[in-house]
Amino acid sequence: MDRRLLGVIAILILFALPSIPGIPPYWITLLNYIGLASIVTMGLVVLTGVGGMTSFGQAAFVGFGAYTTAVLTTHYGFSPWLTLPISLVVTGIAAAILGAVTLRLSGHYLPICTLAWGISLYYLFGNLDFLGRHDGIADIPALAVGGHALIASSEYYYVVAIALVLAAVGTSNLLGSRTGRAIRALKGTARAAESFGINTIRIRLVAFTYAAVLAGLSGWLYAHMQRAVNPTPFGLGASIDYLFMAVIGGASHVGGAILGAGIVIVLKDQLQSLLPRLFETEGNFETIIFGILIIVLLQTLRDGLWPHFARLLPGARRRKSGYAEPLPRRSLPEAGSALLDVTDLRKTFGGLVAVNDINFSLKAGEIVGLIGPNGAGKSTTFNLVTGVLHATSGAVRFAGETISTLSARMIARRGVSRTFQHVKLVPDMSVLENVALGAHLRGEAGAMRGLFRFDRTEEARIFREAEHQLERVGLADLAAKPAGSLALGQQRVLEIARALCLDPVLLLLDEPAAGLRHLEKEALAALLKRLSQEGVAILLVEHDMDFVMGLTNRLVVMDFGTKLAEGPPAEIQANPVVIEAYLGGVA
Amino acid sequence: MDGTIALMLVQDGVTTGAIYALLALAIVLVFTVTRIIFVPQGEFISFGALTLSQLQQGTAPSIVWLLVGFGGLAAIFELVEALRHRRFSAVPRILGWNVGLPVLLAFLAIWLAPLKLGLGVEIVLSLALVAPLGPYLYRIVFQPLAESSVLVLLIAAMAVHVALTGFGLLFFGAEGSRTEAFSDAMFNVGPAMITGQSIAVVAVSFVLMLGLYLIFERTMIGKALRATAVNRLGARLVGISTSLSGRTVFLIAALLGGLSGILIGPLTTVYYDTGFLIGLKGFVAAIIGGLISYPIAAVAAILIGILESISSFWASAFKEVIVFTAIIPFLIWRSLRAGPAEDEE
Repeated sequence: MDRRLLGVIAILILFALPSIPGIPPYWITLLNYIGLASIVTMGLVVLTGVGGMTSFGQAAFVGFGAYTTAVLTTHYGFSPWLTLPISLVVTGIAAAILGAVTLRLSGHYLPICTLAWGISLYYLFGNLDFLGRHDGIADIPALAVGGHALIASSEYYYVVAIALVLAAVGTSNLLGSRTGRAIRALKGTARAAESFGINTIRIRLVAFTYAAVLAGLSGWLYAHMQRAVNPTPFGLGASIDYLFMAVIGGASHVGGAILGAGIVIVLKDQLQSLLPRLFETEGNFETIIFGILIIVLLQTLRDGLWPHFARLLPGARRRKSGYAEPLPRRSLPEAGSALLDVTDLRKTFGGLVAVNDINFSLKAGEIVGLIGPNGAGKSTTFNLVTGVLHATSGAVRFAGETISTLSARMIARRGVSRTFQHVKLVPDMSVLENVALGAHLRGEAGAMRGLFRFDRTEEARIFREAEHQLERVGLADLAAKPAGSLALGQQRVLEIARALCLDPVLLLLDEPAAGLRHLEKEALAALLKRLSQEGVAILLVEHDMDFVMGLTNRLVVMDFGTKLAEGPPAEIQANPVVIEAYLGGVA
Repeated sequence: MDGTIALMLVQDGVTTGAIYALLALAIVLVFTVTRIIFVPQGEFISFGALTLSQLQQGTAPSIVWLLVGFGGLAAIFELVEALRHRRFSAVPRILGWNVGLPVLLAFLAIWLAPLKLGLGVEIVLSLALVAPLGPYLYRIVFQPLAESSVLVLLIAAMAVHVALTGFGLLFFGAEGSRTEAFSDAMFNVGPAMITGQSIAVVAVSFVLMLGLYLIFERTMIGKALRATAVNRLGARLVGISTSLSGRTVFLIAALLGGLSGILIGPLTTVYYDTGFLIGLKGFVAAIIGGLISYPIAAVAAILIGILESISSFWASAFKEVIVFTAIIPFLIWRSLRAGPAEDEE
């Protein structure tokens, strides 16, 4: 049995549930609440679990959805169905504005800022006259289908269930799409993602807005289920609850969102009646249990409960992609024509001159090695050429155009592709998907197309390309494995496949042979030679001298940021200055 | 708004601002040394104020249960680790610090409470009861997570906040209390009327800030903490224990939190959950200081205090909205200067 069939069965059970005779109505009500919370938590899965951004403001977005429909239906007589798109758009716009302000901030700023505006919005909801201040808005009309108002919770259940299924399918689609891969690359690999042309700030904003729109949907559903709104469920406490649901369930899985929401809501319901009896006073004592539960989970089961639950389910089978039109390739410049020109390139960090007025150039189809002792400035030079760092002075020209002022993203667009000295892969994403990340710029499907699966043809073409590149580097057997499970040498080769997916004109490889065995090195050298015959220029940093000497047309030697020598490998091997730099001077 | 009211508002603002500055200081300190965003700071504020209030009423402070409980848990964590490494000689020290000390403090508090020994003793006793919760908390919750990402630590901090709020409700009940003023004195300075209470708050805050500055500049432990803040691995390599640093800053933070509660107690009614919002205003200041700069954070805290008192005069319903939105211009400014965000590996 495969996962898809299991999913269909789960949906059937979901819809059959209220028809089971004897099921208490209270359970249905509880299930409705679980559904609403699951939808919000799914947004957090995309945002926090996958994208690595924590938000303590999700409940405020639920509020946007709820208040929008509450105001429009009660004050202006809108039909509740008409307010659904309006609620989503209002929430989305609010998120886009708040996101634009906060998302450029790194790590810890973002969650604290979401905390600040989450509180701010809560008090705003509670003090605005047209939102009914702290009393809120009552008499919100019920949803009606064909003149029949959905008031009973067993009827409203179907509305919630449909929304839940749509949210779950949409979220899974999104995470599996081109945009989804980019979101998954945000956590820890953002700089590498930029080098593949991914606009990480835009992708963060997409993830943030998507999460908010799901929260808005939940808010719209809430308003028409309760038929009254007040600020309380949109405060910080609720935001924290949503985050806890994600952590308990397993923050990086859509299933975890539902599991987490279910556990928190059922447990809360039980504890709220049990604990006050136990302590003999009224109050929200369940927070003690939740707090302790989260701490224990973080200390013992960091990934939440879902992965342990999912282990019991059949694994997802990867379908071998069928035929797809190959992606268009860019035309490579004629071999031997001037391609890269580095003039007087300089980079200082404070008082340290990491790269000191370096000059060198590269022709199309040439393989040039950049060698030198540790700390010579080789990787910094790479970062300057690829726009990861910006030069203090000097210029880098690529195909006649100055690129040293461009961002990493713009440089990638021009066909410059690279690997990293410290491997930067998305460890829990499959090898194949990691490779596909390299082809990001060769696709154009956005979040919307991904969400509704209108991206299938393009995706098939991207994956065909990824499979092809993976075959070329000899990792095809490992395509379905998580990238993090590979040996370090294989991870480096995987980075090469990813770099090739960009269809590069110039390939920069930072220590590609490190950690490879003899035969693997030979295979790699053969691949690089073939690429250069096709017209790809290669610049590589490498410490393995046999590898470099046999492969390159020319070597550039650096020491302490300065160029020591340049020439054919044999000449460099005999150069006394180079020998001294490597072996130390004779006293 | 005439001049007298303006001066009064500024005085109020500076007084609460001084308290926010202390909190901001603690938050910055904890973050730089441990990378923990110290959300539970607010609970220490409530605990400090409510404990002092119980002592002033002559009742045994409820915090002792929490203290003994946390100490016991910390002892279990420590003992398990000590026994695993076969460091049997450490057992008496562990029991002394984590069981002996809280039990001793608890008996002391229960014995001294009905005697009503006056403000000075009561404040010292309150602080002695609240402050050890910090290191115990670090030991139980954060030390096992010390190598985790900032986000995991933040979620843990949030969980601690939520649990402590529940404990606060359990031990102190839902009623709030206001402690007695330190001083009823009034001073006329030109057109302004300055209360002794304000002077006491500002003076205590200032002395503490100065004291912390001296500790960090002059003492070995201060230098060790700064080293940990700059480079955790490097600090460990030269023999500075990061867990000891962690417990030390948590002690300082808990102390500053408890003290802030004691300072704010006579100014407003403190409930078990009041501290959180107060602590968050310290956060806003710390954020403006970039979580790294003490002086900017302190100045920002004073400005937030003034902004708050002025907005509570002009638009009291929107006071919180205004204060928490004040962060946005700083964020815009910061984000315009920042490149693409790279989260730590």
